[in-house]
Amino acid sequence: MSAALPVTPELRRGLPLWLLLELTYRCPLHCVFCYNPTEFAATGAELATADWIRVLREARALGAVQLGLSGGEPLVREDLETIVAEAHALGYYINLITSGVGLTEERIRALKAAGLDHIQLSFQDSTRELNDFLSSTRTFELKARVAELIRKYDYPMVLNVVLHRLNIDHVGEILAMAERMGAGYVELANTQYYGWAWLNRAHLLPSRAQLERAEAVTREFRARVAGRMDVYFVVPDYFETRPKACMNGLGSVFLAITPDGTALPCHAARMLPGIDFPNVREHDLRAIWYDSAAFNHFRGEAWMKEPCSSCPERQRDFGGCRCQAYLLTGDAANADPVCELSPHHHLVTAAVAQAERAADGAARAPLIFRDHRISIAVEPRR
Amino acid sequence: MSGDGAGRAAAGAAVAADARPAIPRGLKLQWEAAQEAHVLLFPEGQVLLNGSAAEIMSRCDGMRTVAEIVADIERTHSLSGIADDVGAFVALALAKRWLELRP
Ligand code: SF4
Ligand code: SF4
Repeated sequence: MSAALPVTPELRRGLPLWLLLELTYRCPLHCVFCYNPTEFAATGAELATADWIRVLREARALGAVQLGLSGGEPLVREDLETIVAEAHALGYYINLITSGVGLTEERIRALKAAGLDHIQLSFQDSTRELNDFLSSTRTFELKARVAELIRKYDYPMVLNVVLHRLNIDHVGEILAMAERMGAGYVELANTQYYGWAWLNRAHLLPSRAQLERAEAVTREFRARVAGRMDVYFVVPDYFETRPKACMNGLGSVFLAITPDGTALPCHAARMLPGIDFPNVREHDLRAIWYDSAAFNHFRGEAWMKEPCSSCPERQRDFGGCRCQAYLLTGDAANADPVCELSPHHHLVTAAVAQAERAADGAARAPLIFRDHRISIAVEPRR
Repeated sequence: MSGDGAGRAAAGAAVAADARPAIPRGLKLQWEAAQEAHVLLFPEGQVLLNGSAAEIMSRCDGMRTVAEIVADIERTHSLSGIADDVGAFVALALAKRWLELRP
């Protein structure tokens, strides 16, 4: 699911303010753009409840205050209520990122009582789930029922939909459905190309024309519902000329823990080669955050290469996304090729050009749906 | 963040002295020792509040009116004539939806 986690830049203070716990990779869905690592089935056993609670305590002591609970589908964890209760007692602001599958009234009541602050209902599998949602009634009914529960338990109704070439032309219908469900806030986030989405990029990247149409539809809708609903539209960064300030610089505010306890400075960072990401089973978080080679690797500017190392904009975007630099150029220390100044920028423009040609269907290779079997077949990128 | 239009309607307009501002559901205000500041927390991030903003925000409980908040701060800190500053901050916070008005 999309974990868009911007933190306002002035908050760059070197504390892990933002903690994301990926409680499990288990998930009832099979998204084509799942950001979970493609080798997820090869990772170790999930942390036990007591481990998560220790992580919560240690991170809180370091200043963590925003807590995202995601997965996979976090509701698969039967101890979710216990984890939420502990997090609440520690003073976290707790956001559950869920597909809604498994969110019964019993569970939402227990989560509310445990102190859950916020729920983000996500549409994750757009080719199946969203098509289903748009065409058939089954998924719509599930989401509508969950939305109803979310409102009944007095949470703001926040909907997140990941967009890509196969669904972006339906933005109007998606927004209409969101309105029917009583959403107060809708985030239309274009796919980011990591993990499963990277494997499927040729199928998923929309054309510029699609993007412009979708933005126009969104603008019109936004004007019509002004005052009742907020709609955010996140453009895929492949269409930009400067990279995003990914994670505000790695190791600066964000800390993610994977189901098996690996600590990451970005939820996609596990793919970065030559970095040994520490595990919370072996180290406490203070040592991980402050002392580990992995978390210090991309701090500061010493790791940068030209054109970033002498670029006047390097304090604004920190050279962009390390994972994107690695995936596209093979070297995580290069400028994010989304940047126009990067000597690899043509790789991004070529992908966009390919998307232009491929727009309107005619997919050559089959889409790869996230599932356990395929995950084992895909070689870990190490 | 909140789906409630009340805060938005008030944004930009002067805030009435009998208006009752409150922190919208889904947002949380608390003191963060690690950041040595009051922070307002919401799903996409947080806002660091300075001392006066925190004094005001922490009194916005949906029960007290702006006039009562002004009087309370003036009493607590032996101040006077802060009504305009409080009004301006509440208007800004409404516009940013850190606050909303309760009936
Ligand atoms: S398969 Fe879909 S729902 Fe499951 S973790 Fe991946 S993106 Fe999230
Ligand atoms: S060259 Fe590097 S630092 Fe400069 S704008 Fe591009 S990515 Fe950012």
